[in-house]
Order: sequence, then structure tokens, then C-alpha cells
Amino acid sequence: MSLWGKLTLAAIPIHQPIVMVASSVVAALICAVLGWIFLRGYFPYLWKEWLTSVDHKRIGVMYVVLAMVMLLRGFSDAVLMRSQQALALNSAGYLPPEHYDQIFSAHGTMMIFFVAMPFVIGLMNFVVPLQLGIRDVAFPVLNSVGFWLTATGALLVNISLIVGEFARTGWLPYPPLSELTYSPGVGVDYYLWALEISGIGTLLAGINLVTTVLKLRAPGMTYLRMPMFCWTTLASNLLIVAAFPILTATFAMLLLDRYLGFHFFTNEAGGNMMMFMNLIWAWGHPEVYILILPAFGVFSEVLSTFSRKPLFGYTSMVAATMAICLLSFMVWLHHFFTMGAGADVNGVFGIATMVIAVPTGVKVFNWLFTMYGGRVVFSTPTLWSLGFMVTFVIGGMTGVLLAVPPADFVLHNSLFLVAHFHNVIIGGVLFGAFAGYTYWFPKAFGFRLHEGLGKAAFWFWITGFYVAFMPLYVLGLMGMTRRMQHYAVPEWRPWLLLAAFGVVLITVGIALQCIQLFVSIRRREALRDRTGDPWDGRTLEWATASPPPVFNFAELPHVEGEEAYWQMKERARREPGALPRRPYQDIEMPRNSPTGFICAFFATILGFALIWHIWWMVGVALVCAYGTFVVLAWRDVHEDIIPAAEVARLDRANEASRSPWRAPEPSR
Amino acid sequence: MDAVRQCSAENAGLQRAGAIARVSRTASALAAAAALAGCRAAVLDARGPVGHADTTILIDSLAIMLAIVVPTILATLGCAWWYRAGNARARHLPQWSHSGRIELVVWAIPAMVIILLGGVSWIGSHELDPARPLKGAQPALDIQVVSLDWKWLFIYPGAGVASVNELVVPAGVPLHFSLTSASVMNSFFVPELGSMIYTMNGMVTELNLMADAPGTFQGRSAHYSGDGFSDMHFEVRALAAQEFSAWVAEARRSAAELDVRTYEALEQPAGNAAPSVFGRVAPRLFEDVAAQVIPPAPGPGAAGAAAVTGGGAR
Repeated sequence: MSLWGKLTLAAIPIHQPIVMVASSVVAALICAVLGWIFLRGYFPYLWKEWLTSVDHKRIGVMYVVLAMVMLLRGFSDAVLMRSQQALALNSAGYLPPEHYDQIFSAHGTMMIFFVAMPFVIGLMNFVVPLQLGIRDVAFPVLNSVGFWLTATGALLVNISLIVGEFARTGWLPYPPLSELTYSPGVGVDYYLWALEISGIGTLLAGINLVTTVLKLRAPGMTYLRMPMFCWTTLASNLLIVAAFPILTATFAMLLLDRYLGFHFFTNEAGGNMMMFMNLIWAWGHPEVYILILPAFGVFSEVLSTFSRKPLFGYTSMVAATMAICLLSFMVWLHHFFTMGAGADVNGVFGIATMVIAVPTGVKVFNWLFTMYGGRVVFSTPTLWSLGFMVTFVIGGMTGVLLAVPPADFVLHNSLFLVAHFHNVIIGGVLFGAFAGYTYWFPKAFGFRLHEGLGKAAFWFWITGFYVAFMPLYVLGLMGMTRRMQHYAVPEWRPWLLLAAFGVVLITVGIALQCIQLFVSIRRREALRDRTGDPWDGRTLEWATASPPPVFNFAELPHVEGEEAYWQMKERARREPGALPRRPYQDIEMPRNSPTGFICAFFATILGFALIWHIWWMVGVALVCAYGTFVVLAWRDVHEDIIPAAEVARLDRANEASRSPWRAPEPSR
Repeated sequence: MDAVRQCSAENAGLQRAGAIARVSRTASALAAAAALAGCRAAVLDARGPVGHADTTILIDSLAIMLAIVVPTILATLGCAWWYRAGNARARHLPQWSHSGRIELVVWAIPAMVIILLGGVSWIGSHELDPARPLKGAQPALDIQVVSLDWKWLFIYPGAGVASVNELVVPAGVPLHFSLTSASVMNSFFVPELGSMIYTMNGMVTELNLMADAPGTFQGRSAHYSGDGFSDMHFEVRALAAQEFSAWVAEARRSAAELDVRTYEALEQPAGNAAPSVFGRVAPRLFEDVAAQVIPPAPGPGAAGAAAVTGGGAR
């Protein structure tokens, strides 16, 4: 066996100009950014303040940055697919099947695992400790490890672009196609190892956030006083903790099939592909609620803040959230009604699926009544939320339609299905992520995003979404199935051209978002928020400075009811100076640790070596990754103390902006 | 049974009535968007009892949901606009956040819709179970289907003939399909006839369909099966009884014989296979494929498989 396993120079696709040009541009871009960082001497800052940070806010921001960069990658795949299908009537188009099949597989994998997941986890990471009125998450170093393992997964998928190939099996690698016999290349291995590693990262994030919500809340913050976003975070992370091990185990079984000749899902020797489908969707269906529940939380916060009203039917919303959390585990079979399970099984799972529409419908009505009697400010986050409500109701409806077995029998795997899940994932998760990004951006960086450009981006996105995906519903009804590299039905062509035009509009939307970020940074002084509370918020994250100091709150807030910060403000408005102040005290904060970064560095090598069967490298990487943890476990000091004087200095500016209604600082 | 006959009669009538009737029916079938553009929504334009029943349920469910979805969307937009900041005429209720009566209604409305839809779904799921035999004046015609890489094999065990990439069936006769796959999963789907079903190696799934009247439709695989997947379509020709008998007689005259050897040549991965027939079929061939007496095909991973389909052009 060769020293480099299956890896040879032939793994680099020199004969594929599109791949080579794309990856050269990306490589040049990465080199330019790295060069700039090193030449300007930013590296020490980056290392100390970001890469090794265990601050939940910094980690949250890094998750979101990862998601946004990967969104560009996943979206490029979408552009390639839509343009290929626009061209490929009775022709080969410009992407041969072996390339096109990788693109749709990578698009789905990217968008779910490395865009939607890190985006929502990033928002939860950043916001939840602030909303709970605490200083950090339960396991800060684990949090960092979780993030960097997610980044490892994203990196491995992107490496597959230039070294070897990616899976050609769709975003979920159904056996037996994904078995070694039928997919002998490294593509499926890239997929599997990338997701095994990032899946562990996600599980760590889930454990961390569940523990944080359950165990660390500000004094007085009972469960039923938690902001809605914390509730949806709890529900979503409970699902992560319950569902991600299924994903890891399922992929481990497929890996055993591929690497060690097991027969879990093979055609031969008693393997059963139907078991894979059941297992993967036992993870996959909760997964969509893992994504959408935090988005529901964002909309609850945004609509309540910008309607200047408390959330309508809070307890009902909590009940609905937890009901969705529970029900999401009972419906997985609707992903394969056409497997012939029989009428009773299909019927039961169809009805179970529809039942989820009840708590979801309740949420929509409650958002509506949150606006009722309010003073709705049409800010960018409000627009995303309203766009969501309209779009998601349509997507939910087509989802329930697909839950009716006889309707699914003619729509399954069609472009109708593709339209449906983009309808809920773009219209739900992504719009939620964008609403949250705009809403909490001033909290993270101390200045707002440009409103005009944000609104323009919204209008292009939502128009583009409808133009790109409504034709897909029609195409589904015309019998067009998903994943077609070419086709021979002329009637499909106009709709595919229309969908391609929708992609152009979305491209403009994304460009506007990039410009918005750039312009906002350039004009940050004009957009500066010195109050820490730019939207007249109701929850505790607005009670501290923007950006918050590393310890979040100089003094942990005492919560006396729902909408903790709103109540504080109300009380202070009624009786100025009523809120008691205590002297500043020393604060212990977890010390930064490079464990996550170094561990992920070796995990990347480990994954790469496993994919290419470079066994000596697997051994070295495993030992080093394990060694990193041993070194961490041996550390003597894991917390730094921030002295009271430093706390006072950092907090004074924040307090100054609130002085009209806060009591003066007592002398020590 | 009556319903089936009625459907056949109705459809035969429509065939005669021609294009005008078809356009009006398509429009009535809520395919407004498709109809306006003057194109045919194959799924909604059902040509058999199963397809009719599937699309009826589809459209009924959609109508039930639209009855609540459309008002909700309008109320959302209306509410947001009316209560916009700056509308002095709007009521201001800055503290209002709970109402037991409204809660009852917002839980009750979706619950009632789902109860109704759940009933539709349960009944539909049983009446349209793919394995449930269709009632017809005549006994069902058995057809065995094997999905190959990347083509379809249809075996007519009664007549002892087989065809590749062309499914010829008698109109007005219930069809009973038994399906399996030579290697990876596929899904057998003829949009105009209705329900689809997966094909899986080592297993047999069942599907019952029927064409109301003579006609030609497109069938395809609805489950991605590797690089040649886009070529996995076939023509379905529904013929009048005598024409079908004539086709069988014609097929029997073909010299080609489908035995294990020719089957193993056929299962090699390649796309764009031209329609062909076999005049004789080795007994129990389908059963042997399904039971893996004939081992699974080399499939999409086989050496040269990519080269075969590299073009993709037709």
C-alpha cells in the first residue's frame, strides 16, 4: 500500500476548467485575506481575541460568519444548477452528470449543515446567555471545540472541490447507491467524515446550550419568565441532543459498510436499505425543527419589539414550541410513503405529520395578534418577519399537502417537493436568520446595519424567492422530478427559465447584503448605537452595552417577571433612581483556550487521512487530537479574574447612557 | 367499480371532445398557473382511476387548506399595515397580550382543519394503497418491472414477452405491477396514471394502475439513481384491447430471448437504450432477480459507467 493511501496527483481535477477556475479564485482570495492579516500584524489580535476565544459572543459571531461564507458557496451551486437546467432541454448543458450530481449533493449538504445550522447555532450562542442575564454558557471550552469541529466539516467539504470529488448521492446518501459497490470513489467518504466530525461539534453545542438554559439563569429568571427565543433554543437543542446521535450512528454504520465490509445497508448479505431511510429520517425530520424553532424564536422577539407590545399568548407559544419538539420525532416516515409500507402505517404517519400544523398554526395566529393593537415599525427585521409569515404559511400548506399519502404518491421527489422545502427553509429558517442578524447586529458590534440597503435586499430576496420557486411547484405538477441533469420535455423549459431569472434576483439580494455590510462598517460612526438598546427592546440583552463587555453584565440582573428589561425600564420611568445598585465586584471569567482550534486542526487532518486511507496519518492525527485534550485537562488555571476597578471602568460608559433612570453608582 | 367505469366513460368522452374540454378540465383542476401558460400539468391531467383519485384528494386537500391560509395571509398583511406606527386611527393596546377566547379559537381552527384533513388522508391512504387491487370488469394484467442502470425492463409473465424502455398496456384493464431493482433504488412513476412506488433490490413492491383510454404517456424514474438517472424515462402506450393483443403477437415473433445471459448483458450500466422487445422470457427471471438468485447488477459504480453516460445528450 502506498504511503499516501488512495491519494495521487490524479485526484486534482485539472481537466475540469470550471472547478479549477473556481478553486483558484477561492484559493487566491484566501491567500489575499491571510496575507493582509499577517502583513498588517492582525494575527496576534485574531488569535487572542477570536480563534482561541471561549466567549459565547465571539463564538456566536464566528458561527454566523462561517454560515454566511458557506451561503455564498452553497448559492454558487444553486446558480450552477438553475443555469444547467435552463439550458439542458434535449442537450447536455454545460455540466456533465458526474459534475452536476456532485453539485446538487454539495448544495444540500452545505446549505443544511454549514449554512442553516451554524447560522441558528450562532444566533443562539450569541443571544441566549445575554437574554438569560448570565455571563457565559455552561461549557465555554466545549463551546469553542464544537464550533471548530463544525468548521472542520465545512473545510473538508470544500477541500473535496479540489482534491478528489464530492458525493454524487444527493444530500442524504441513500444506500445502496452510497455503498462502496456503487460509489467506489472518495466522494461519499468526504461527505460521511465531514458530517461525522461536524455532527460531534453540533452535539457538543446542543449539550452546552441545553445545560445553559436549564442550569444557568439570572436570579428570578424562572422558566416561564424566559424570553421566547430561549424557549425555542431549549426545544431546538433538546432535539439536537436526541437526534444527532442517530445521525452519527447511522453514518458510522454506513462507514463500517464502506471501510470494513459490513452489511448494514448493502443489497447483499441481509443488508437493508430501508433501515437507513428510517434511521436517517429519524434524525432528518427533527433536524428541520432544530432549524425552524430558533427562527420562530427570532420572529417572536422581533415582532414583539417592533410592535411595541408583549408577545401575545406567551404560555400558549411555549406549549406550542414544546409540542412541536415532541411531535417532530413521530413523523419521519412521511419522507418515504412511496416505499410501500402499507395503508395503516402511511395513514398514521400522515395524520401525525398534520398534527404538527396545529401548534405551528397557533404560532402564526399569535404573531398576528402580537401585532394587533400595536405600533408596528417596519424595520428590516419586521419586513423579514412579515415576509416569513406569508411565505411560511404557503410552505406549511404544501407540506401538509405532501403529508396526505395519495397526494404524496404523485408529488414525491418531484420539483413540487423541492419547492416545498425551499419554501419553508428559505422562507422560514433563512428569513429568520436574516431577521436575527439585522436585529442583533448592533448588539454584537455597537452599530446598526444600513436600513435602506437592508430593505432593498429584503425586497430582492423575497421577489427572487417567489420567482425562483413558484415555477418549481408548477413543474412538480407537470411531473418533473428532482435531480435531472437534462430532460426532453419542452413544456418544462419556460418555467425553468423563469426560475433561473428568480436566481438572478436573489443574486442581487445577496449582493445588496454584502454591500450593506460594507457600507455599514464604513459609516459605523453615523450608525453607532451608544445606548445599548437601539430598538427599545424588552429582553435582557438590551440591558447591557453594545458590544457587551466580556462579562456581559457587571451585576447580574434580578428578574421580576416576563420581559425583564422592559419591566426595569417601566419601573425606572415611574420612579427614577428606584433600581438599586451594588458596588462592583471582581468577576471570574473562563480563560481563552486554543483547545478547540488545535483539536479541529488535527480533526481536519484525521478526516482527510481517513477519506484517503492514509493510515499512518490517521494514527498521528488521532494521538495529537487526543493529546490536545490531555493538555487542556492538565491546565492549572482556567479562569481569569477581572478586578472590580476594571469592571467599573468597562461598565461606566454603559451606565452613563442609562443615567437618566438608574441610581448613581454607590461608593465602595 | 362504478366509479371506475364512470371515470373511463368520462375520459373516453373527453378524448372525443378534444382539446377544448381538456383545457376546461385542467382549469377547473386548480392548475390555474399551468393552464394560463397553455401547458399540460401531467400530474393533474390524470388518465386513469388511480390518478383521478390521487389528484382529487390533492385538490380537495389544497382547497380545504386554502380556505384558512388565504384569510390568514390577508389578515397578517392587513393587521401589520393597519397597526403601523403612525396610524393614529388604529386602536392602541400596548399591554394586551392574552385572551382566553382568542386562544381557544386559534387552537381550534387549525385543529378542526386537521381533523377534517386527517379523515381525508386516512381514507385516501387506504383506498389508494398502491398494493390494493383495482376493481375492473376484467382480471388484472400482471406486469413485472425491473429498474436497471439506467433503463426499465417490463416482463409480461402471462404472454411470456418483455420490453425495454417501453411499456405497452391495454386500456381499461387493471394493471398489477410487481417491481424490483437490479441494483440501486429507483421509483416507477407515470404521472398521468397516478401513484409511484420505489423499486429496491432484493425486494418486491406492488402497484396497481389503470389507463382509462388509449393514449401515450411519459413514464420516468422519480428517485435519483446515479449519473444516468436523467435518461431513465420510457414511453407508456395504452392500446385498445385488439391492438394490445396484436402488439403481444408481434412481440412474440421477435427472435430476441431474455434469459440470464441476455439479462446480464442488459443490466450493464448504460443510458439511452432504444425501446426493444424480447419474444421469449426465461421462466422465473423476475423472481430470480428479486430473490437475488441472479446477483445484484454491477450498478453505477462499475468501471466505465461514467464514460457511458458522460455525454448526457440525446
